[in-house]
Amino acid sequence: MKMATAINEPSHIINAPQHSAETAVSPNLFYDNFKFFVAGIIFGVLLIKGEVISWFRIQEMFRFQSFHMYGIMGSAVATGMISIFLLKRLRVKTVDSKGISISPKKFHKGYIYGGLIFGCGWAITGACPGPLFAQIGSGATVVLITLLSAVGGTWIYGYFRERLPH
Amino acid sequence: MIEVIRQPWPWWISGPLIGLMVPVLLILGNRVFGLSSSLRHICAACFPADISFFKYNWKKEVWNLFFAGGILIGAFVAWNFLSDHNIAINGRLDNELRYFGIVNHNQVVPSEIVNWKSLFTLRGVIIIVFGGFLVGFGTRYGDGCTSGHAISGLSNLQWPSLVATCSFMAGGLAVSNFIVPLILKL
Repeated sequence: MKMATAINEPSHIINAPQHSAETAVSPNLFYDNFKFFVAGIIFGVLLIKGEVISWFRIQEMFRFQSFHMYGIMGSAVATGMISIFLLKRLRVKTVDSKGISISPKKFHKGYIYGGLIFGCGWAITGACPGPLFAQIGSGATVVLITLLSAVGGTWIYGYFRERLPH
Repeated sequence: MIEVIRQPWPWWISGPLIGLMVPVLLILGNRVFGLSSSLRHICAACFPADISFFKYNWKKEVWNLFFAGGILIGAFVAWNFLSDHNIAINGRLDNELRYFGIVNHNQVVPSEIVNWKSLFTLRGVIIIVFGGFLVGFGTRYGDGCTSGHAISGLSNLQWPSLVATCSFMAGGLAVSNFIVPLILKL
């Protein structure tokens, strides 16, 4: 019985990621996306200065030996929450005056299985996808292999997706 | 001024600034803060291999790769010019890691075990290669990572993201406390 739903249920993730319907591919990819590159630079600086990308900080977090990471996550979520509330309340538009909308997350069992698997990887490597890029930038060049392996993991998921419980 | 910047920042400075990435990306172009999709876009761009999950127009989502590239450059700048490389760690963790020969804390990863040479050891392969595989597989299966679920999802009051966040905290707790010591022992 579960198989039937498993095939139908995750149809939303087979579709192209959200927003693609509304944004046409521009002839000048670089120009249009440069602002996100700048935002990335700022985020990269924050990841280093907040020590979020430190393998040691991640071990401390999972062993409850330091409040640092919990403080970062908690205050980041609080800031994000207030920001989204205000953006919605004040009907803020994007810089090119388009509406702002966030599509809701649709739950499937992969959130649990995948979440657990990712947690294992996070504890081992001390990095989630964003920090992987930051660790490489900080000079830990061998993390490039970790990143390639993560791309491989994503690919294997795509390959076996239909056979996995969702 | 530069001296203040070079010191490690307390959580109450860096946390809110990280949280501000959520509205900044929304205002810059209605983009939802999250990074694990970048791995999917790399697959779609480089090796789609006729897999339906990778057959979409990744160029429409290319902002995420620009963002990721920016992180790499930003981290390079911050690490080399804005950091004193002095990460204080808990004494108990320090003691435990010393037992495994990890004494060097002035890099973002333990340089004794995460380096090019250790790719030829079982311990290195598990940490560098297998760990990365779990991150890539798990984030896609779980439809998001720390930024996408724990920050964006929770900020937008999405209960599925809370389930995902609890799941990866549970996985991490178990592995960090019980499995990582076994790997380090290898």
